[in-house]
Amino acid sequence: MTASPAPMQGILRQDGRKGIRNTLVVAYLVECAHHVAREIAWPYRDRDVHLIGFPGCYPNGYAQRMMQALCTHPNVGAVLLLSLGCESFDKYGLAHAVRESGRPVETIVIQATGGTRTSIAQGRAWIDAQLLALEAAPRVPMGVDELVVGTVCGGSDGTSGITGNPAAGRAFDLLVRDGAACIFEETGELIGCEHIMAARAITPELGAVLEESVAKAARYYATLGYGSFAAGNADGGLSTIEEKSMGAYAKSGASPISGLLKPADRPPRGGLYLLDVVPDGEVRFGFPNINDTAEIAELIACGSHVVLFVTGRGSVVGSAISPVVKICANPETYRRMSDDMDVDAGRILEGSAGLDEVGREIRDLVVSLGRGARTRSEELGHQEFALVYKSFEPIGPACLPAA
Amino acid sequence: MPQDTLDPRLLVLDPRDNVAVVRRRIEAGTAVAVPGATVTPTADIGLGHKLAVRAIGVGETILKYGAPIGRATSAIGVGEHVHVHNMESAYTRTHTLDEARARHGDHA
Repeated sequence: MTASPAPMQGILRQDGRKGIRNTLVVAYLVECAHHVAREIAWPYRDRDVHLIGFPGCYPNGYAQRMMQALCTHPNVGAVLLLSLGCESFDKYGLAHAVRESGRPVETIVIQATGGTRTSIAQGRAWIDAQLLALEAAPRVPMGVDELVVGTVCGGSDGTSGITGNPAAGRAFDLLVRDGAACIFEETGELIGCEHIMAARAITPELGAVLEESVAKAARYYATLGYGSFAAGNADGGLSTIEEKSMGAYAKSGASPISGLLKPADRPPRGGLYLLDVVPDGEVRFGFPNINDTAEIAELIACGSHVVLFVTGRGSVVGSAISPVVKICANPETYRRMSDDMDVDAGRILEGSAGLDEVGREIRDLVVSLGRGARTRSEELGHQEFALVYKSFEPIGPACLPAA
Repeated sequence: MPQDTLDPRLLVLDPRDNVAVVRRRIEAGTAVAVPGATVTPTADIGLGHKLAVRAIGVGETILKYGAPIGRATSAIGVGEHVHVHNMESAYTRTHTLDEARARHGDHA
C-alpha cells in the first residue's frame, strides 16, 4: 500500500505541530504601547506581520493564557513584544514561553528604550532581521489529520441556518472523518439546542457538561439582559435567540462530540469539540464576547489553523494569525459583496448547488490554504484582533474523555 | 389553485413547522400561495423571513426546523409575516433598532 501524497505543506514547530503560515506577531501588552506596535508593524502588513495585543493594565489570567497560546500558535514564527514598562502584564512569563517554544522573541520596553521614535526604529530593525529567515522556512508534508479548524457565524440572518451553517457542518463532517480537530463555539447561541447536542456526546458525563455550558450561557445573558443577538439579525428575519441558535447549531455537522474546551485549550486529538466561551462564576467584565473578532481569537488560541466564518448580512472581517474563510449564506448579500466572500452558499437557497457540494467546496478550500492559497480577507489585508478581560475555571475531567 | 399549494418562494424546513422561510424575496402586492389560502402582503418580505403556514393562537409555540423558536404574542393568520411584532423568545428579549429607526425616520 502506498501512502497518498500529503495534501498540504506545513512548517514544523518544536512541539510537533505544523503551521500553514509563518507569521511574525507584534504584540502590545497594554493599550499605551498600541500605537508604537502598530507603527512598527504597518510597513510590513503585506509580509505576514500581524498586530495583536491586550489593552488592559490590570493582570488577568485568561488574557495571559490567550496571549501565550497565540504567540506560540503553529502559524506564528516569531514574536515582538511591546511593553510600555509599567503595565501589570507578565511580559517575562510570556517571553519565556515563546523562547521555550523555539521561536525568536524580542521585548521592547518603551520607557527603557527612550520613547516612541527609538522604539519604532528598534522594532523595525528586529523585524528586518527576522523576515528573510521566516519567508525561507522549509516546508514539510502536512496531512488533514494535523489540522485544527474552527467555525463561527456573524452577521447572521434567516438564510444562515439553511445554507451556510449546514454547509460548514458538512465540511466539518468531512474534515473530522479525515482526522482533523474541528471546533464550534458560542454557547450563548446554542440556547434551546442543548438537549439534542448533549445526545451527540461520546460519554453521558460529557453530555451533562455540554448541557451545563449552555445553561451557564443562558444565566449569564439573562443577567446582562441581552441575548447573543444583534439588531441586524432581526432585520435579516431572525426573531429570537432560539431561532438563531438552531441555525448556528447546524455548523457543528453530524459527528459525535468528543469534548468541551475553554479558550486556549487545545484539542488532544482529532474529532469535534465545543468551545465554551462564556466566563465561569458571577457575571464580571461585561459581555462574554464583545464581537465576532473576539470569538475568532479564542478559536485561534485553541490552535485553529483556519476559521470558517458563515455570514448572511455580510461580514468583512478576517483575523490576525489564521486565515478566515468567508462563507456567504445569503445570495443577495453575495451578489453585493462577492469581493469579500470565499464561498457562495446562497446557491443552495436558489437551487443551483446542494449542501454536500458546497460542503466539499469548503473542505477543498481549507486544504488549499495549506498549499499556499490565500483567503479573500487575507488578500484584502484584514487582520482584525480583539482581546478583553474574562475569567475561567480550568476544564474538569469529564470534558475530554478518551475516545 | 389546489388548497395545499406552497408558493415556490417559500420553504418549509420540517413537516412539523407552522412557519415557512422566504427563499426568494416576496414583493409587496404579489399573491402568495400558502396551504388553504392566498395572501397578498402589503410590504416586501425579505430572504430568510417567515410566513405562517397554519393559523397560530396566542401563546402557541412557533416551530421551525421542527424545533421551538419562541411563542406567538398575538393570533397569527395563515400567510401572515411571523416576526418580532407577533412572537417572542422564551429566553431573552430580542433587541432591534426598529424604535430608533421610527424615531429618526430611517429604513432597515
